[in-house]
Amino acid sequence: MLALIILLPVLGAALPLWLQRRGRNACAWGTALVVTLSMILLLGLAPAVFAGRLVQWGLPWIPALGLNASLRLDGLGLLFGLLITGIGLLVVLYARYYLAAHDNLARLYALLLLFMGAMLGIILADNVLLLLLFWELTSLCSFLLVGYWHERGDARRGARLALILTAGGGLALLAGLLWLGQVAGSFELSTVLLRGDVVRSDPAYLGILLLILLGVCTKSAQFPFHFWLPQAMAAPTPVSAYLHSATMVKAGVFLLARLFPVLAGTEAWFSLVGGVGLFTLLFAAYMALFQHDLKGLLAYSTISHLGLITLLLGIGTPLAAVAGVFHIINHATFKASLFMAAGIIEHESGCRDMRQLNGLFKYMPQTALLAMVAAAAMAGVPLLNGFLSKEMFFAETVHLARLGEISLLFPMLATVAGVFSVAYSARFIHDVFFNGEPINLPRLPHEPPRYLRVPVEILVALCLLVGMLPSYTVGPLLAVAASSVVGTALPPYSLAIWHGFNLPLLMSTLALFGGVLVYSQRAILFRLHERYPPPVGQLLFAAGLNRLLDGARWLTGWLENGALQRYLALLVLAALLAGLVGLWPTGLPATVHPGPALNLLDLVFGLLLALMALLTVRWHERRLLALLAAGGAGLVVVLAFVRFSAPDLALTQLTVEVVTTVLLLLALRFLPLEMRQNALHRPWRDMLLALAAGLGVAALAWGVLNTAPQPALADYFLTHSLPGGGGTNVVNVILVDFRGFDTLGETTVLVVAALGIAALLAGGLPQPVAPAVVSLPRALLLQIGVRPLLALTLLMAVYLFLRGHNLPGGGFVAGLVAALALVTQYLADDFRAVTVRLTLHYPRYMAAGLLLIAITGALSMVLGYPFLTSTFVHVQLPLLGDFELASAMAFDLGVFLVVIATVLAILLGLGDPGREAV
Amino acid sequence: MNLLLAALIGLLTACGVFLLLRARTFSVALGLMLLSYAVNLLLLASGRLVLQQPPVLEAGRAHFADPIPQALVLTAIVIGFGMTAFLIVLALRARAVLGSDHVDGVEPGPSGSASPGETPARG
Repeated sequence: MLALIILLPVLGAALPLWLQRRGRNACAWGTALVVTLSMILLLGLAPAVFAGRLVQWGLPWIPALGLNASLRLDGLGLLFGLLITGIGLLVVLYARYYLAAHDNLARLYALLLLFMGAMLGIILADNVLLLLLFWELTSLCSFLLVGYWHERGDARRGARLALILTAGGGLALLAGLLWLGQVAGSFELSTVLLRGDVVRSDPAYLGILLLILLGVCTKSAQFPFHFWLPQAMAAPTPVSAYLHSATMVKAGVFLLARLFPVLAGTEAWFSLVGGVGLFTLLFAAYMALFQHDLKGLLAYSTISHLGLITLLLGIGTPLAAVAGVFHIINHATFKASLFMAAGIIEHESGCRDMRQLNGLFKYMPQTALLAMVAAAAMAGVPLLNGFLSKEMFFAETVHLARLGEISLLFPMLATVAGVFSVAYSARFIHDVFFNGEPINLPRLPHEPPRYLRVPVEILVALCLLVGMLPSYTVGPLLAVAASSVVGTALPPYSLAIWHGFNLPLLMSTLALFGGVLVYSQRAILFRLHERYPPPVGQLLFAAGLNRLLDGARWLTGWLENGALQRYLALLVLAALLAGLVGLWPTGLPATVHPGPALNLLDLVFGLLLALMALLTVRWHERRLLALLAAGGAGLVVVLAFVRFSAPDLALTQLTVEVVTTVLLLLALRFLPLEMRQNALHRPWRDMLLALAAGLGVAALAWGVLNTAPQPALADYFLTHSLPGGGGTNVVNVILVDFRGFDTLGETTVLVVAALGIAALLAGGLPQPVAPAVVSLPRALLLQIGVRPLLALTLLMAVYLFLRGHNLPGGGFVAGLVAALALVTQYLADDFRAVTVRLTLHYPRYMAAGLLLIAITGALSMVLGYPFLTSTFVHVQLPLLGDFELASAMAFDLGVFLVVIATVLAILLGLGDPGREAV
Repeated sequence: MNLLLAALIGLLTACGVFLLLRARTFSVALGLMLLSYAVNLLLLASGRLVLQQPPVLEAGRAHFADPIPQALVLTAIVIGFGMTAFLIVLALRARAVLGSDHVDGVEPGPSGSASPGETPARG
């Protein structure tokens, strides 16, 4: 049920897109239906919440990481859920009539629904990591919604700024929540909320608090991260009303309220949260007065009110928390209606600048009346909801005795904030609806369409109802929400309008008269403000961002100069540093496992390998010699495999060595025999790097060889090879059975390489510099010799293939040997003659091989075993004796086919003289 | 023996890295070959050095070399072959299209060094 509340809007986001062909009304109805359903589901759970129960739902997701899809619904969640769905419904109606005919209404609705789902996710999440996921989703939706008119530069800039700040804060929040989860021992809120004492006494508390506050302050536009919100006003007004006043910016304070039982009540909480809130409250209230943009004023006012809520939560007493929750409700109603009213004014007049908007009362009296009531609520005029929560706020500041001598400062600052709040509310009303005549408006305004005003009317009615009859309307909801914030029983409080003559009432009165006074003397203030403008955070931020981008550009230019050698050198250097950092603290381990004794032959071949490697380097400008030396080194490596008990590796390396050498020889036809390296490319630097790399790897090898082996894994495969895989060649059994899936992947890589090569070759090769194979003088002896060799080599391949499961051999080696048998024919004989006799379509064989592997694997799935499980039977064959037929053999046959086809495709592609015409 | 093998692996790495940093594609391919020898030997060495005990089960023998590094190296050899083949054909194609076998696709200018920030022609 809980999950459905979130899923409905998320999945329902497709509905308006689907309905848009049926017109705008169908679109709006569909969207409204989704929202309403979600709200009904929520209301269905309301009785349980009012009865004091916690509604929970959970689904384990990645329990090992503490990540569960667990949801909860308590009083706070219910309050926010009703705000989100309720105001969402009004916004859907409003947006239908607000957007112009050429704007894509369905896209806006889809995004709004997505956002609604994410926002509901935040408030319903029980797992803090899940909460964070939804948190980031709202940031993304906000980005897309602010940038809704993406053809406008200010919309794009505003969207980007909002995303950078809120998503950046989200990162800090992620760190904070992870840390919190570590300290509390759980990522489930249900558990975390009970561990407040543990968390508050932990040394990490301050770090957790700071990181979470970073997330909260960016999301809720608190100083010094407030400046994205005025920029986000480039969004369509329904979005501003919904995201940037009623819901998304409340996510920050929601999180503060959510974690209130865990984090609140310390000095750090009081000074940090309270300090940020107080400063934001004052600063933004002051700034709001000087905005000429209608929505800009409302944006700063929103910041200021969010500061007020933050301050109330920061004060940390239960009563303050009640006041904070109450103000969340009140602010959502009056600010959403004000935004909608501002939207109507802009919609009808085409202008948002208060220097041009004057005297609109006589053009749109009804709208004016609605806006006046809402603005009065914002100013805190009695009989309206804003008055009640502001009164409670004033009362809290008065009772704040804990600060000692400076506690008088609090009520004074609160009154100052009240004064400015009244002043900007007065400006909103007087400047727009009275104060002379409109100046140069694009259109002469008139009353909006009926339904554009309905949402405003509903919200304003709510302001009045709550303002006059608080305990009958909002009382129960407030009580249940506040009690889930406080965590304990609520202290007694009264929602009455009249508390007698007391200090809070005096403060309210002072604020009202002071505000009107300030507004009437605004000319002086405006001059002052223009002469001494406060530093604009947004400009500082933009400058910092530009510097960062310049730095990144410079770094990219420096690193990526287009020279491949430099990249490689940097990579080697980075690998060296990484290795050094790993090795540094411990050094090499002590020798506990001396290897086998050295004999003379080892030494001789060792020196031969060293010589070959050095000769490769020495001759690297003479390609043919270098290739021969490298091949020589490869042959000694084959011997090393033989010596160190790895017969399979020796076989494979030997055949691969031959194939690679043939391949490179063929390639040499297309390259000049000698070349000049670019002498200026710092051979000394490269030599130094190479030496360091060599030393490092040698040290690594030395360190590994000298420590004792860890036989556990090896023993597992050795003991299970025969009973489990039916083969005595453990390496082969690992490849085709235990790790068969890896081999499947590896074979696929080979096929992909071969197909890539074929595609490259189809594009043509450079003009060969050496004569083609076909025109070489025919080697008669070789030509006669290879004929019988073909049969012998193919037989050898079959033999290697069959014994592979039990003795060194296997599909891969067999494939290489068979391919070599065929290639030798081409090399020795007339190329075209062989081509005529041997017509193979290589891709078909590759496909057949891969298919065989896949079918072998799938068969075991059909029989109810995991993919690629093998089985085997023993059969008696004439001549060969007891013979084991394992299903892994079919697998190996697939490998065999792929290898033959791949090798032939590559070699013949390069060697085919028919391609020289290209 | 440990010391000899470790030194040889180091030497192969050094030679491989040096060739990898050269300016001609063929040298790079050779460097990659040497480097893969070094890596394969290193992987094998992670099973420690064992003489005359191949991991093929037979009666009367109780000790076997570690089969896991061998299985890994076998895979590495196969993939290494595929990569070398692809690399060399790519190099040939690059020469056909760009007329140069320099790793940057263009011959460095007469001054001898490609000036930083200058993007080479793309194929």
